[in-house]
Amino acid sequence: MMTLLPVDMMRILPEIILSVFAVLVMLLEPFVRGASKKLLGWLALLGVLAAAGSTVRIWLYPWPGMGTAFGGSVSADEFSFFFINLFLLVAGLVILGSMDYLERNHADHGEFYALTLMGTVGMCFMAASTDLIMIFLGLEISSIATYILAGYRRDDRLSNEAALKYFLLGSFATAFFLYGIAFVYGLTGTTNLLGASTRMGAPGQWTAFAQAGLILMFVGLAFKLSTAPFQIWAPDVYQGAPAPVTAFMSVGPKAAAFSVLIRIFLGSFTSANALSMKILWISAALTMCVGNLGALWQSNVKRLLAYSAIAHAGYVLVGVAAGGSKGISGVMYYLTAYALMNVGAFLLIAYLAGPDEQRVEIKDYHGLATERPAVAACLTVFFLSLAGFPTTAGFLGKFYLFRAAIHSHLVGLTILALLNSAVSVYYYFKIIVAMYMNEDKTECASVTLPWPVRAALGVSVVGIFYLGLAPNDFMGLTLIASTSLFK
Amino acid sequence: MVPLSHYLGLSAILFILGAAGFVFRRNIITVFMCIELMLNAVNLAFMAFSRFLGNLDGQIFVFFVIVVAAAEAAVGLAVIIALHRHRPSLNIEDVDSMKM
Repeated sequence: MMTLLPVDMMRILPEIILSVFAVLVMLLEPFVRGASKKLLGWLALLGVLAAAGSTVRIWLYPWPGMGTAFGGSVSADEFSFFFINLFLLVAGLVILGSMDYLERNHADHGEFYALTLMGTVGMCFMAASTDLIMIFLGLEISSIATYILAGYRRDDRLSNEAALKYFLLGSFATAFFLYGIAFVYGLTGTTNLLGASTRMGAPGQWTAFAQAGLILMFVGLAFKLSTAPFQIWAPDVYQGAPAPVTAFMSVGPKAAAFSVLIRIFLGSFTSANALSMKILWISAALTMCVGNLGALWQSNVKRLLAYSAIAHAGYVLVGVAAGGSKGISGVMYYLTAYALMNVGAFLLIAYLAGPDEQRVEIKDYHGLATERPAVAACLTVFFLSLAGFPTTAGFLGKFYLFRAAIHSHLVGLTILALLNSAVSVYYYFKIIVAMYMNEDKTECASVTLPWPVRAALGVSVVGIFYLGLAPNDFMGLTLIASTSLFK
Repeated sequence: MVPLSHYLGLSAILFILGAAGFVFRRNIITVFMCIELMLNAVNLAFMAFSRFLGNLDGQIFVFFVIVVAAAEAAVGLAVIIALHRHRPSLNIEDVDSMKM
């Protein structure tokens, strides 16, 4: 009989707070009427802030301190707390940006915020778990919430289609992940990552059966990461889902899957290094090429950014392949930068698209700079950062990733990544050129940006420049977080 | 006693059948059931390992998988119903509003 200790509860405090607020939002939903439904959004935001505060509390004070909880199935360490705060940042920005979006599209408020919080709980558990059962549960909590969010505009054909495709391929991927776990369990007799990796300590133990298990787990995660050749669902789902939801799921679940990938492949099963290197190398190379080449032909902005999201997953995989605390801290820095620029871009696109997301083609943005210079400048910052322009976070992120890759002697992969970044400049500039070098009148000029959205965009833009110009403090934080993985 | 390899063989066959059905079947409900088949193949593997290792972790895992599969089914069927309201058929090839 395992007794429940206060220490255990304290170490999963962020997840508890988020769950409580999610339930609270749902409970209060029927009591709030009409225009005040937005209050639920502020309540959800309060929950996000409280959860972030609780991580700071645990990080700074000696009690309960860092360590494992619930018999070693959850670990409160700097690594998981870094990712938890990243998910909270994404959730906060998305909630800020979607309050007026929901109102404009006559969608229900309460469920949206509750599902966003629940999805975040799942992602937090993914990052914090050190037991395969908990990782699986976290993965499913976040997935099921995002399946519903993808189909949130129920009367829209595209949104339905996105939900179906995401759901079918997501559950298909889960089955692979589970089958991989079954193999690992069969070999080691435990689902605990620490126990399993101790028992698989020597490279010679990785028989064909064990390797199959590891590959199956990678395939399962690769679907969530949208890495080639398992990226087929991503363009359709990102295009069809409501834009704020796309902002959420193109960053959150992806970063969570990266945290699991790092914990399993770099933190635990280090003895299988030869195999995981091969998998990561091939996957990174394929993903970058597929994403960038696919994006070149797109005329729909959401679909273009979907392909760009695939390409960015490829860049991050380069950092994972590089490994070590340098590679991992690079991955963490890049994921934060990517969160800021991608969420910002999708939130702005959500508002420019107008009611029922009518205007999402590149040609709709013609002449935006003459009529709404501030909006165009904001979008330009996001695209420049995505393209990896100096002074932005995207540039330094790529720099840290590729430097780590060079240090790990992945020269071929780094050259491929650099070539790919050069290609990506073309399609980002296609949109910037459309905004600045056209005299057409654009219908997008009529949009109003409510102040919560402005606040979210402001946070993104300031964050991009802060990370791009003064990265040292943040880089120190990612180094602390990444070394805690190897303790 | 039936050896472990038999259970694992059956589990692998079921998993492959499910995966093949997912790729080749056209009806959305059938595709969904193929996923359930894959999950149950995994459950069988967990049960077999658990029995032969003499350790209960695998059986606990099976319970979690069943619970999660039920939650997934609830969401999945709701998604399929919402989709069916806009389309006359449940053929997966008709779900193609978004093309390159």
